[in-house]
Amino acid sequence: MSLSSKQIEGIAHLARLELDAAEIPRYVDSLSSILGLVSELERVNTDGIAPMAHPLEGQVQRLRADAVSSPNLRQLLQANAPQVDAGLYVVPKVIE
Amino acid sequence: MTVPTLAALSAGLKTRQYSSVELTLAALARVERSQPQLNALVTVTAESALAAAAAADQRIAAGTAGPLTGVPMIHKDIFCTAGVLTTCGSRMLSNFVSPYDAHIVTLLADAGMVMVGKANMDEFAMGSSNETSYFGPVSNPWDTTRVPGGSSGGSAAAVAARLAPLATASDTGGSIRQPAALCGVTGIKPTYGRVSRYGMIAFASSLDQAGVITVSAEDAAMTLQAMAGFDRRDSTSIDAPVPDYVAELQQPLAGLRIGILKEFFGEGLSAAIEGPVREALATWQRLGATVREVSLPSLPLSVPTYYVVAPAEASSNLARFDGVRFGHRCDKPRDLVDLYKRSRAEGFGAEVKRRIMTGTYVLSAGYYDAYYLKAQRVRSLISDDFRRAFTEVDLLLGPTTPTTAFGLGDKTSDPITMYLNDIYTIGANMAGLPAMSLPCGFADGLPVGVQLIGPHFAEGRLLAAAHAYQRETDWHLRAPPAFGADFAGEA
Repeated sequence: MSLSSKQIEGIAHLARLELDAAEIPRYVDSLSSILGLVSELERVNTDGIAPMAHPLEGQVQRLRADAVSSPNLRQLLQANAPQVDAGLYVVPKVIE
Repeated sequence: MTVPTLAALSAGLKTRQYSSVELTLAALARVERSQPQLNALVTVTAESALAAAAAADQRIAAGTAGPLTGVPMIHKDIFCTAGVLTTCGSRMLSNFVSPYDAHIVTLLADAGMVMVGKANMDEFAMGSSNETSYFGPVSNPWDTTRVPGGSSGGSAAAVAARLAPLATASDTGGSIRQPAALCGVTGIKPTYGRVSRYGMIAFASSLDQAGVITVSAEDAAMTLQAMAGFDRRDSTSIDAPVPDYVAELQQPLAGLRIGILKEFFGEGLSAAIEGPVREALATWQRLGATVREVSLPSLPLSVPTYYVVAPAEASSNLARFDGVRFGHRCDKPRDLVDLYKRSRAEGFGAEVKRRIMTGTYVLSAGYYDAYYLKAQRVRSLISDDFRRAFTEVDLLLGPTTPTTAFGLGDKTSDPITMYLNDIYTIGANMAGLPAMSLPCGFADGLPVGVQLIGPHFAEGRLLAAAHAYQRETDWHLRAPPAFGADFAGEA
């Protein structure tokens, strides 16, 4: 299993990772070898085997009541933000 | 007194041989002295530690102390600590001061434990050598030219060097057991969902579990007692009563059925590891356990399965690091996509990016069924193998790692070579099973670990088997010559 440079660029875009041109061959090599390792799974017969999403049988995602469970911590939480203004997160302009 | 187990330090505090402040000062001094050689910690919290120690001393004086009160400890830097830098070993979070405590941080603080700092680790827990940390590699205290293992390399090195008697850790594919083995300490990964993951920075959510690295199994039982239990803030936390692990240490071993994992003793296992592991098995037999070989034919598929499931879940979990709400942001973004792409490219290291890319690919349109769904089906086969095995035996035994600690830089060039260090540990994560590594000898002066795997919620049985072994042997009490001075004696 070998990936092309174009595929690597496509994956990096989906993952929102900026890639240097020099990095692309390294990702071609390493991702191709990882997919080579993973290709062993193709040979396994899994007909009629259910996919396992949770390691404990019969566990379901627990839901909670839609109720206020925490005080407003906006200031505390925004203390870690790179840029805020008037209590809002600031990013480059999206709408022209 | 020779070795600072948690149990011994707890007893010493109770009988006022030393105060918590004295122990804490000694721990801080050891941390400071070791740091240039080991780099085991990312952050030292001397001021808050001394305040916590003073409070612990008051509890001890007032007679309201528990067994953990006043004992210094270290948290892996994957656990959020309110008001303290929480980096997860990444540049992405190198400026992140957590606004809240992880559940286990709260529990251990409530028990009176004194956090002296945060342990170095592989970036976002992705690695088996602690060489992917943004804050530099950690060295193995037994030989500082070698790796401590990973991802909980700082935690394992800190306990091995007796900086503190315990450090918290997390295990997604072996990140507690593998470094514990390479550093000659005891590590337990509990059943998936046994310990809350609230405030533990997510890597692969269907595999991640919090645990602890200690000197002894008894210490692990004491700590797990305080860490385990239901937490509604973790939606995968299991709502089941927590047994008395310390009482369960006394379970008799007679009649315990141990299964030797056939697949773990084949090609790839170094003879230097196999010898001590087989000797450990003989010790358990002498203690009354019966032994038979058990085959889990799908178990060798654990590594390829893991390298689909874990990157897939990681790529999803790490999408939250976008340079907007917290974490690293690039300079002068041209637009929003540029902000995302450059912040993430600069904030994440090579191994993390490799896994995000792998995960993104296996989840992308047209590949999901062939990779992720296929891997989840194989995961069912692996899990079924374990279920069948546990109808015949009570515990499974094998080596923790294929080799002893390797040299710093030896395996960084090829990701596959690095991934194969976890060949024996990943299976337990696949099936959500509790597993331990404990020291069972040395090869060329480097520690060797033996691994025990139990059925779901059999932590008590694992700890009892480990404790019985540690009463017969003293491998777990050996400390690395360069770092093994009497910790309590300095207090």
